[in-house]
Amino acid sequence: MKGRHTFAAGCVLVGLVLAVAVVSLVWLPYDPSDTTGGRLAPPGGEHLLGTDKLGRDLLTQLMVGARIALTVGAGSVLVGGVLGVAAGLLAGFATRWLDDALSAALDILIAFPTLLLAMLVVAVREASLGSAVVAIGLAMSGVVARLTRVLVKRVLAQDYITASRTSGTPWPRLVTEHVLPNIWPTLLVNLALQLGLAVLAEASLSYLGLGPPPPNASWGRLLQEAQATVLTAPLGAIAPGLLLVVLVVGVNLVADGLRDLADPTRRSSR
Amino acid sequence: MGRYLLRRTAFLLASLLLAASLLFVLLRLLPGDPANALVSVGATPEQLAAARRQLGSDLPLPQQFASWLGGLARLDLGTSFVSKLPVGSEIAARLNVTVPLTLLAFVLAVVVALPVGFLAAWRSDRWYGPLLNGVAQLGVAVPVFWIGMLLVTVFALRLRVLPAGGFPREDWAEPGRALTSLLLPVVTIALVMSASLIRYVRSATVDVLGSDFLRTARAMGESFGCAMWRHGLRNASVPVISILGIELATTFLGAVVVESVFTLPGLGTLLVEGISEHDYPVIQGVLVVSTLAVLLIGFAADVVQRLVDPRLRAHVGGGRS
Repeated sequence: MKGRHTFAAGCVLVGLVLAVAVVSLVWLPYDPSDTTGGRLAPPGGEHLLGTDKLGRDLLTQLMVGARIALTVGAGSVLVGGVLGVAAGLLAGFATRWLDDALSAALDILIAFPTLLLAMLVVAVREASLGSAVVAIGLAMSGVVARLTRVLVKRVLAQDYITASRTSGTPWPRLVTEHVLPNIWPTLLVNLALQLGLAVLAEASLSYLGLGPPPPNASWGRLLQEAQATVLTAPLGAIAPGLLLVVLVVGVNLVADGLRDLADPTRRSSR
Repeated sequence: MGRYLLRRTAFLLASLLLAASLLFVLLRLLPGDPANALVSVGATPEQLAAARRQLGSDLPLPQQFASWLGGLARLDLGTSFVSKLPVGSEIAARLNVTVPLTLLAFVLAVVVALPVGFLAAWRSDRWYGPLLNGVAQLGVAVPVFWIGMLLVTVFALRLRVLPAGGFPREDWAEPGRALTSLLLPVVTIALVMSASLIRYVRSATVDVLGSDFLRTARAMGESFGCAMWRHGLRNASVPVISILGIELATTFLGAVVVESVFTLPGLGTLLVEGISEHDYPVIQGVLVVSTLAVLLIGFAADVVQRLVDPRLRAHVGGGRS
């Protein structure tokens, strides 16, 4: 029961941000790079939430920011998920020697913290939407791969796999018929948690000036830009942060709810 | 234990070698030419070639790799493109800010998280147990730099009791002033770090509170406090210590972003400057040093965990090693 409520609450929060992002695709109050609104206009009037120090409409920036946050989040989970699951499956199925080598490499990759790895990628490429997605996805893939490997090993140790193997099932079918169906619920929960971390990582990158450049308004960059005018225009320094928290809390709740729903033994306890 | 230390050290060295190789491969294989950073925008091909020669990036890759590893072994991290100073001494100067920042924030986070996490589990039937847990859940979703911004707004801009940023030029010659400028950054990092730590402490305590050994100890007449002290805390500390290592590493990285909020001259701001100026030796150097720090922390956490938990020692060493 608890899982269902958590899941529903998370869906509402994520749905809110998603709705804003979808609306931003078809309608925006102003053009994102329109600076004719006058600097630091107060909330109300023509600009519902006011304008920033460059005269851009804050509501417009926030709406575009929702789209960027979700794009980078979903994109990097896709990159990290595909890379990570592939590497994890490989290590899980590999011979002892290859498995050891891969595991050691993964440990190192994980020792490289997400943000540092992301900064490294941005350092050699230029700061762009694609760089952010690749960087965060790459950093995430190590964790996903290590989890996948453990899950695969656990499934492969089962008797029915031995039976299936002895009867000559080729390994690609073993993957699609036995391994993936058994591990995807746990993977999904982890990928949901990674989505929240990816959104935070993108915000940090953008705050440091290493994220997607304008006109891709990112919440992290909005916060960085609003820092200088926090006393005169406090809303600009508060709203993007609040939206980040709403999205990440929502994603975490979805993950927690999914975990409880996927695993009936956890539902009654705690 | 001796044999374990030897094996773990070997693994540490292997990891370092692998990390250095990974760094080398990433920096060389990703598109982008470091020579571009040395020349102006409209440079002729000849100028570019000269820059490559100067950097050694015209040499075959294996030779570049050997000289990179050789430099590392001699603790030579190269010379900055921009300041023309040795990267090693520049990093050492920045560590004067980053290391105290990290350690103070870590200690503060642990001091807050241990009792709060314990309380959230122990008093889960009172109103404040779930509240503490909820606050911790919220805390892990808040971007660390935003907390920093809000704290600056309140304590530096509104109340004007603390500096908004910067670090005294005299470094640690005046410890009082240095500490004052580190106070807000330390609190910022500690707030976010303690949120995630509280969740681990809480779940470790929940496990111990529901354990059979604690019930047995109570049934045998030990008071709750005594049973918790003798059996509970020792068991709860095992998962917490393993997570402390990871948290210390994360704190170190939290510092990277928070230094930018408070314009502190630390390792993080050095990295950001290096990236925006395409200063490859600086980027490489900072990444090597931070990876080394993260790996060393992991090493220390593993060793401490084995000291605390005799079960781990018996398990692998086969009894008498």
